[in-house]
Amino acid sequence: MSDPNGLIQPGRTAPGFTLPATPDGALLGPEQFRGRPVVLAFYPADWSPVCGDQMSLYQSAAPVFAQYQAVVLGLSVDGIWSHRAFAESRGIEFPLLADFEPKGEVARSYGAYMPHGEAARALVVLDPAGQVTWSYLSPPEVNPGADGIFDALDRLAADRKVMAG
Amino acid sequence: MSTPLQVTARLRDPVTTDDHIRGPSDAAVTIVEYGDFQCQFCGAAYPNLHELLRQRADTVRLVYRYFPIANVHPYAERAAETAEAAGVRGRFWEMHDWLYEHQDQLDPVHLSLGVEQVGLPPDELNAEVENRAHADRVRRDFVGGIRSGVNGTPTLFVNGVRHDGGYDLPDLLTAADAAANA
Repeated sequence: MSDPNGLIQPGRTAPGFTLPATPDGALLGPEQFRGRPVVLAFYPADWSPVCGDQMSLYQSAAPVFAQYQAVVLGLSVDGIWSHRAFAESRGIEFPLLADFEPKGEVARSYGAYMPHGEAARALVVLDPAGQVTWSYLSPPEVNPGADGIFDALDRLAADRKVMAG
Repeated sequence: MSTPLQVTARLRDPVTTDDHIRGPSDAAVTIVEYGDFQCQFCGAAYPNLHELLRQRADTVRLVYRYFPIANVHPYAERAAETAEAAGVRGRFWEMHDWLYEHQDQLDPVHLSLGVEQVGLPPDELNAEVENRAHADRVRRDFVGGIRSGVNGTPTLFVNGVRHDGGYDLPDLLTAADAAANA
């Protein structure tokens, strides 16, 4: 079921999951990356022009994500074969996860599923403990860029400094 | 149900004398373009931006910043670093124009010919690009862009606010005139 409250909000524990991921179909999920911030980028579909730009953009920003030791995972309801061809054509090296069977189950659990059968264009940033620290729902046709993600990662890094101090 | 929230992206890195600037320094309207020399949409916007600067010569200036999406455009980074190598020799805009007018000739061999046509020594520039002498500058532009909400190329900021409209001349004239009269 789709979450009636919409996109998951900061402060909630991120639902656990694993899904087949590019390049080789291995099962991946956020719990495997505890200790690091995780960026979940839900997007409607491989190949549509806006998403291409969004995922390509995140690949080109890989060195900046690396500065935060952040893990980026792309998620759509496309199958692993579509993901693989899409990743190869755009040079995308971070994992694309196939929320394919049961269709959209993970997107639904994050409140990021649309009634017409695609994931919403939604960004969810998890802190190193797996709590949602920031989320953002974009209109499907608008590439949200990465500035909101990096602002969230900055706040996480600042909080960690305060905790350590 | 939370509704999609439109946040207007704003330029975070102010224009400085380090930037590549074309047009009057006291222009009422500053357009900052984040571009990729191998991007066809940037290529399509290029003549329109030229014409905009011609028609609004007293009010509009253009700032160009590098935003190569290297995983999609294999020649984009090298083109950007070559433009910067030309820039340190005072020939940025000549190189910029050559690149956008020869987007199907950005491979290393043709790029060298382009450097020669701009009147610069290709071997010297090639060596700098090979040594990644200008990589930091290109990266600085890229990171500043991504922090400002650049979400693809081209992305324009008109007086600091991201332009989410089109890149045809009428769109650009409307956006520039609105900013000039704001």
